[in-house]
Amino acid sequence: MKTEKKLIIAHPGLCTGCKSCEIACAVEHSKSKDIYFASLETPLPIQRIRVLLRDSYSMPVRCQHCLDPPCLAACPTKAIFQTPEGFVLINDSRCIGCGSCVGVCPVGAIQIHPELKIAIKCDFCVDRVRAGLLPACVEACPTGALQFGTLDELRSKARAPTRAKMEETISPKILREMLQTVRWV
Amino acid sequence: MEGEKVVLKIQPQKVSLNPAAQELIEKAQKEGVETAWDRYLAQQPQCGFGLLGVCCRNCVLGPCRIDPFGNGPKKGVCGADADTIVARNLLRMIAAGTAAHSDHARDIVHVLELVAEGKTKSYSIKDVEKLLTVAKILGIPIDGRDTSEIARDVAHVLAHEFGKHDEEPLRLLMALAPKRRKELWQKFGVMPRAIDREVNESMHRTTMGVDADPVNLLLHGARTSLADGWSGSMMATLLSDILFGTPKPIEYVINLGVLKDDYVNIVVHGHNPILSIKIAEVAMSPEMTELAKKYGAKGVNVAGMCCTGNEVLMRLGIPTIGNTLLQELAILTGAVEAMIVDYQCIMPALATLAECYHTKLVTTEPKTKIPGAIHIEFDPANADEIAKKIITLAIENYPNRNNARVYIPKHKSKAIAGFSVEAILSALGGTLDPLINALKDGTIKGIVGVVGCNNVKVKQDFGLITLTEKLIENDILVVGTGCWAHAAAIHGLFSKEAVEKAGPGLKKVCQALGIPPALHMGSCVDCSRILIVLGALADALGVDISDLPVAGSAPEWFSEKAVAIGTYFVASGVFTHLGVVPPVLGSKKVTKILTEDIEGVVGGKFYVEPDPLKAAETIISVIREKRRKLGWPV
Repeated sequence: MKTEKKLIIAHPGLCTGCKSCEIACAVEHSKSKDIYFASLETPLPIQRIRVLLRDSYSMPVRCQHCLDPPCLAACPTKAIFQTPEGFVLINDSRCIGCGSCVGVCPVGAIQIHPELKIAIKCDFCVDRVRAGLLPACVEACPTGALQFGTLDELRSKARAPTRAKMEETISPKILREMLQTVRWV
Repeated sequence: MEGEKVVLKIQPQKVSLNPAAQELIEKAQKEGVETAWDRYLAQQPQCGFGLLGVCCRNCVLGPCRIDPFGNGPKKGVCGADADTIVARNLLRMIAAGTAAHSDHARDIVHVLELVAEGKTKSYSIKDVEKLLTVAKILGIPIDGRDTSEIARDVAHVLAHEFGKHDEEPLRLLMALAPKRRKELWQKFGVMPRAIDREVNESMHRTTMGVDADPVNLLLHGARTSLADGWSGSMMATLLSDILFGTPKPIEYVINLGVLKDDYVNIVVHGHNPILSIKIAEVAMSPEMTELAKKYGAKGVNVAGMCCTGNEVLMRLGIPTIGNTLLQELAILTGAVEAMIVDYQCIMPALATLAECYHTKLVTTEPKTKIPGAIHIEFDPANADEIAKKIITLAIENYPNRNNARVYIPKHKSKAIAGFSVEAILSALGGTLDPLINALKDGTIKGIVGVVGCNNVKVKQDFGLITLTEKLIENDILVVGTGCWAHAAAIHGLFSKEAVEKAGPGLKKVCQALGIPPALHMGSCVDCSRILIVLGALADALGVDISDLPVAGSAPEWFSEKAVAIGTYFVASGVFTHLGVVPPVLGSKKVTKILTEDIEGVVGGKFYVEPDPLKAAETIISVIREKRRKLGWPV
């Protein structure tokens, strides 16, 4: 892997399941890019990231922008392509909405837009990233569960919390235990 | 992530202990109809800020959230930290619960006033003796006065308790709470002054820029909850007894199997008995039976749901469906012509669900309207006419029942209810002494009040029943109200045979008195009856409530009303278990106050444990410790 490749990583221990990332994603993919107006648009904007619950961990799931994307290989119209940054994108005008990509995605990150009938998925906020901004989901995450950077940058940020910090804050384990009250799932 | 998609499916036997509920959840799945369990899954994962209580929406500088893990913001825009936000949110929950119980009481005061002034023929004073008792404790003269005059004075004095602006403590509390409690509340400045005032002050304190001190906020929470337990709820109970009769032991049948194939089924759901008791009475009239026959049914079957069901069954022994998570399932039988609701715990989902069947959902209260429901406004001055109108609507709907879609589970249980304080005293032979002696010599080890709710987060009835069975097995008498009572009845704990599940001491006492080992004391406002028992025991023994070998528990709570109840239990000195974690863990300080420090102040505290068996064991050891301190055999 090229170390300068930008990544978004999700830290499930820090995800509170608030779904701020989902809302920010939908707003970013709206016409107005404004929370107050986005909910009035037709068609309504759709988020491309989903917070799922698994084994009492909540976790944002989105396109992983694979190095060797099965969706790209499966696309009969060559609508899916890779950018120089390694982002896997869909060319809307070439997409025929056949859904071939949906079935092969290993994380279930592609959906067919119910009204536009084309495949949609995380585009890594490519315009924002090229403009030097954070992807919308990362910017919106209130606990730092979503982080953006190169592998080296992310590695250097990952430090063990100090003892003092651990004492003054809530252990992610407490939230896990609360989510575990969903005992029958 | 692995490649597979996460599919969450409801397995009926995993989400409810009630076999009738399991059958209907399966029916819902077959018919593609959504229930609370489906909607709960659709909400997953639920927001951690909300679960931890660190989200503040009290002004539009925000909304603000505190990062519970310390990486993000530690303060809201105004500077409120997690401690302040969690305490403020909890106080608002207590205020809402208190408002609900007390507004219910206000409606009953209104009916008493109409009766006293001769403005309604639909109701009367059913328990004159209780009216006189209440008048006496309120200092209202009774000698040589007629009942309606006394009733009018009682209504006026109690109505005054809501909004009076002097600093005097609430009169019902002063009359009924044990002496040591009152001294303690006075000392810590938590004596409630007026019901609406405490709720109002809660809203004031929690608005932007007022109270930021978690201790000060929580103390007001205690004060507000006391206005509920010892006054609002207390008033609802006392006046319902006066108007509808003080409950006496009564047999009834419960579970979804009480719905009948060839009858017009009407379900009364909500909390206030004013209308539901009328529906039950009028439905039994020959006129309504005749009308039902005209439409091809054998008669009208009125079944109770939730606490309005409790209110009516405690007095009339009507068949009862059960607790709150059965509300949608009742409609799912396809055999309910009408569901008549008043207020509280009414899922708005009922309207959509009713549209899937022939059921008419009828709202009756100006403060409870649901889009999609038929609204027939109730007026206590014309109660009989309105009840007749609603029942007629249900009867006329009977031919619309689609028998191909009807499925009524067979399950139903026999149970005994009606254990008001008066009924318990009468079972004891008129005095508390037999109970006190049994407690002292250890035949009965203690008393636990179990209350409140089902919650989709817990397997329905599992927490309530597991905990209750463990307690009675250990010679602890269980009393309770609300949705617990429905669960206990459905699972056979209100039958005389249930004594077989009791420990040897409790079994002996129950057999001697002819009572089950778990006692149905009424609806959730009737938790006030538990306070009366605790106060009377404390006074009789010359100790404080916090010294008694007693505890409270809400294993499956969900409602803000349960927060108010839990808080007035704790403030009254009771060790109180919660089976669902309240939204306070985002503040270590508030959590510590509620589960540790508060005990040093009021003698009671909260204890949170989702596992009902572990909770029962802890409760048993707390009771043992209290017995040891009293010098009673453990």
